[in-house]
Amino acid sequence: MPDILSPDSVGLVTPQTHQFTNPLSLECGRTLPSYELVYETYGSLNERRTNAILICHALSGDHHAAGYYTMHDKKPGWWETCIGPGKPIDTNRFFVVSLNNLGGCKGSTGPNSINPETGNPFGPDFPIVTVKDWVKSQARLGDVLGITQWAAVIGGSLGGMQALQWTIDYPKHLRHCIAIAAAPKLSAQNIAFNEVARQAILNDPEFHDGHYYQHKVVPRQGLMLARMLGHITYLSEDSMRKKFGRELQEGKINFGFDVEFQVESYLRYQGRSFVNRFDANTYLLMTKALDYFDPASQHGDDLTAALANVQAQFLVLSFTSDWRFPPSRSREIVKALLNNRKRVAYAQIKAQDGHDAFLMPIPHYLQIFQAYMQQIEIPGEKS
Amino acid sequence: MKKLRTDLEYLTNWIEEESHVLDLGCGDGTLLAHLRETRQVSGYGLEIDDGNISLAIRNRVNVIHADLNEGLADFGDHSFDYVVMTQAIQTIRRPDLLLMEMLRVGREGIVTFPNFGHWKARFSLFFNGMMPMSRALPSEWYNTQNIHLCTLHDFERLCTKKGIEIIQRAVVDVSHQTSSSMRLMPNLFGEIALYRLLRRR
Repeated sequence: MPDILSPDSVGLVTPQTHQFTNPLSLECGRTLPSYELVYETYGSLNERRTNAILICHALSGDHHAAGYYTMHDKKPGWWETCIGPGKPIDTNRFFVVSLNNLGGCKGSTGPNSINPETGNPFGPDFPIVTVKDWVKSQARLGDVLGITQWAAVIGGSLGGMQALQWTIDYPKHLRHCIAIAAAPKLSAQNIAFNEVARQAILNDPEFHDGHYYQHKVVPRQGLMLARMLGHITYLSEDSMRKKFGRELQEGKINFGFDVEFQVESYLRYQGRSFVNRFDANTYLLMTKALDYFDPASQHGDDLTAALANVQAQFLVLSFTSDWRFPPSRSREIVKALLNNRKRVAYAQIKAQDGHDAFLMPIPHYLQIFQAYMQQIEIPGEKS
Repeated sequence: MKKLRTDLEYLTNWIEEESHVLDLGCGDGTLLAHLRETRQVSGYGLEIDDGNISLAIRNRVNVIHADLNEGLADFGDHSFDYVVMTQAIQTIRRPDLLLMEMLRVGREGIVTFPNFGHWKARFSLFFNGMMPMSRALPSEWYNTQNIHLCTLHDFERLCTKKGIEIIQRAVVDVSHQTSSSMRLMPNLFGEIALYRLLRRR
């Protein structure tokens, strides 16, 4: 809980919701007749509307990227490290928009929303949405806010993939793309991890084919296992060793299957707290969106061809200990941009925190991120 | 704009307007920023140091994190008009291989390095019996990044062996540009050597 708000925090924030009534046709062939998107904004939009930044969230993220809802909040938004006055995404200069993606469970229309056609939650009937669909819905949110061109679209991990998709689908509608700890598509290993997570949920007896809302239960065990597995892949071996080593909860082994090592206790805690804040059907959807992301597939599996028409300038960042989306995956994006002679800066940041590093206050990371953000020109800005 | 390092100032004249340049070990991006502003040059800089990458980004240079010891595999044949490497060749594990990579990726190569054959270096080794240190070579032998120092003769011998054609050579000194003694006996009086290179077909 913040006793007083730090001057480099955006402070207290309030989410807003917009109801969209024009149908959205999705890649899967289905159409959402109407939907809602919940979002937050930080900073203020300038007169010429040239200073807007879109934040795209990762797998389990949401629209609450910075600040606090009340003075009693235990934690700020998920990217408090990078968003705020004087931070890399400087709210003194930029107007920041952060939304919860379609299919989410934090207020935007998703599986746990009521399907107006049935009066019950969508559950498994919610259509499978893709990164491309998200970007389309984000563009519509931009229209609502009167933003015709984003100064930058920024995201980490799955969020970075959305930023990349933006440059392909709406090349004229953003000036900068910042893709952090991302990849141009998932590897077989990535998909394999997602599949184990999905199986854990799908096979939970409380899952009820996705209709668990009507049974007033949640597939706790499955979602918890999915999160525990995911969490292992977000950390590095080094960071786990540093954080937990082989430390025992009670200082001795008990020859049993209860929690003994601290790492076990940590993972169970992470899993349990996730169940309380996340929806299992949304988790299934988000992992599918990850698996399906592959912009090169529509260009003969040639990423260079996929990026041939992008106009945005890029900053691509990766982290040395990230084995979920290692630097080599970011370099694939960079190489495709180089082949097209596009403007790009790329840094591989030394970090021990694995994939989660993009959320961490790593000095070199913040320094490079800030240097890039500061050189972004805002038309009409008084210098 | 701050004053350019002597070798950078000099080699700027070798680069055609609106060309596409790859700068190996671009540091804070000074050269590329200068070329962009004075000669409308586009291109990329490769750099390994995080601090330098930040500075290059501030200079609005397209800087790519890369380890030059791993070669230039991310770049296609003849994808640049010039591949430039200023005062970095002596830090490379296999300068011979990187030179060939430069001339694969670039139509032309430009290399500058501190001349180990400079009289002060010879003097230091001959009379003091110690590894030379100078304005161009400021580090001790044990902590220097310069693991492959060479003289003009050494470098030119390598070029001959590798089928690399030297189309232009210049020597300068750290503070002044050049002098008649340097032109007469470059390997003795040149502090920094500059070469324009082509691959013989």
